[in-house]
Amino acid sequence: MSEFNPTVARGRDSVLSTNKVIRNTYILLSMTLVFSAVMAAIGMSMNLSSGSSMMMSLGALGLIWLVLPRFENSTGGIVVVFAISGLLGMGLGPMLNYYMAMANGPQLVGTALGGTGVIFLGLSGYALTTRKDFSFMGGFLFVGLLVVFGAMIANLFFAIPALALAVSAGIILLMSGLILYDTSRMIHGGETNYIRATVGLYLSIYNLFISLLHILGALSGDD
Amino acid sequence: MDFWLKVVLAVVLGMMLWRLWPAARHQLDHGPKGTSKDWQAAILPIGAVVLFIVFLVMMVRN
Repeated sequence: MSEFNPTVARGRDSVLSTNKVIRNTYILLSMTLVFSAVMAAIGMSMNLSSGSSMMMSLGALGLIWLVLPRFENSTGGIVVVFAISGLLGMGLGPMLNYYMAMANGPQLVGTALGGTGVIFLGLSGYALTTRKDFSFMGGFLFVGLLVVFGAMIANLFFAIPALALAVSAGIILLMSGLILYDTSRMIHGGETNYIRATVGLYLSIYNLFISLLHILGALSGDD
Repeated sequence: MDFWLKVVLAVVLGMMLWRLWPAARHQLDHGPKGTSKDWQAAILPIGAVVLFIVFLVMMVRN
């Protein structure tokens, strides 16, 4: 009766490890989001320039590219994740100050924040409850990101407002797809490292918020 | 925006493109392909996101 069944045991282990990755990812993600919000508030109060904001974003990018891969399998990775979210959060300060100075600024920022939360929770809930495998979206999402980066480079020099709006709309769709993709990868064992999973989801939420704020700011009718 | 700031941003975005390219290529060549049913399951929530954003825009315009 107590015969060892490796398939069942492995299956149960796999489910337990998947649940552990999901739980750890959401715990770390919620902590980094709170930390990021605190750093954004500090960045706003310090009245940082847009140049220093860009330096912080570049610093965060450097951490993601060069430092995170070395620490992602150790507890030091958690410190790196907080450093990334802290830099990106503080870098939001000047942009938030700009929008808050608009007549309906607090409403815009609040709506973008709430909207980002609803979109993230809705998409994560959808992926977690349906347990569908969205790994087939990988090619489409990566090519979409390449197209968006190309359009962003072009618009740096051409500065076409309609293209900037189209890029923001494209980023919102791509980040929504990436939330489905990343969540599904955690569920189906494609992502077993909660530090990497947290950074992926954090960046999706961060970009979603910025793009949503840009669209709401541009279409709010308050120039 | 200052011209040199634009150049720095363009270089960073170009580096992102360069880093992303192999992953995109790998996904296109070896990634799983979805059926029309799979794509429907993905388009449904993303369509809901689009409608939600239209709602948010209408809300801030009023």
